[in-house]
Amino acid sequence: MERKTKVAAGEGEQDILISREFDLPLELLFKAYVEPRIVEQWMGTKVLKLENKKHGSWQFETSDAKGNVVFQANGVIHEFSPNRKITRTFEMENSPFPVQLEFLEFEALSANTSKLSMHIIYRSAAYRDQMLKLPFAQGLNMAHNRLQETLSKLTLS
Amino acid sequence: MELRRDVFQAIADPTRRAIITLLALQAMTPKAIAENFDSSRQTISKHIQILKACDLLEQEQNGREIYYQLNPQKIKEIADFIEPFREMWDERFNKLESIMKNYQSDNPS
Repeated sequence: MERKTKVAAGEGEQDILISREFDLPLELLFKAYVEPRIVEQWMGTKVLKLENKKHGSWQFETSDAKGNVVFQANGVIHEFSPNRKITRTFEMENSPFPVQLEFLEFEALSANTSKLSMHIIYRSAAYRDQMLKLPFAQGLNMAHNRLQETLSKLTLS
Repeated sequence: MELRRDVFQAIADPTRRAIITLLALQAMTPKAIAENFDSSRQTISKHIQILKACDLLEQEQNGREIYYQLNPQKIKEIADFIEPFREMWDERFNKLESIMKNYQSDNPS
């Protein structure tokens, strides 16, 4: 199976490259990053602010089912070039992680396909590795819960 | 009975999974780890010993303090730790793609 989303993280480096080819025209891909209501849908977060312009800023917030805020992030936009490029910072609030710098480049591959390349730069290689490990640590919990479910079913039968 | 010490035993306990999660963020002293739990320091110390026996932790002496951190080699044994990060983005982008495909058919140009 071909992997649509690619992540390149060189050992000891402080940056990563994420790339993805979409079955979408370039304008639609870019729109998904610009329209707050669309960003909310695919990011699974609430968009409090999204100023798509140079020196603009953005703010996201996610709450759980009980209404407790579980995730807050914000940043500023340094460069905004429609259908081409967004340069912005990303900061996770209430976390030990320093702000990171993100270069998002959008390009058309054909009339109906497009590509996004994200280049993320972290303060240090160590911080980058910690960030990469976050979904791993969360997944560990979920994977174990699934394992436990399977085991408890086996015990019952 | 001799207990087998492997990574799966290490993650079989919620407290140990919580310790792994903490150490995924930064190296910590045993005292700092214990402060995150209601259990006694002795209980947490036992969990740390089990994680050590499974080779999941590396320790580093810094003056009088011992710092624990995850052993990346062993972590790779459980899974390639970048893969969940890639999957997270892949799922997000799949969602983006399907939302925009619907958007396209609802708003034909």
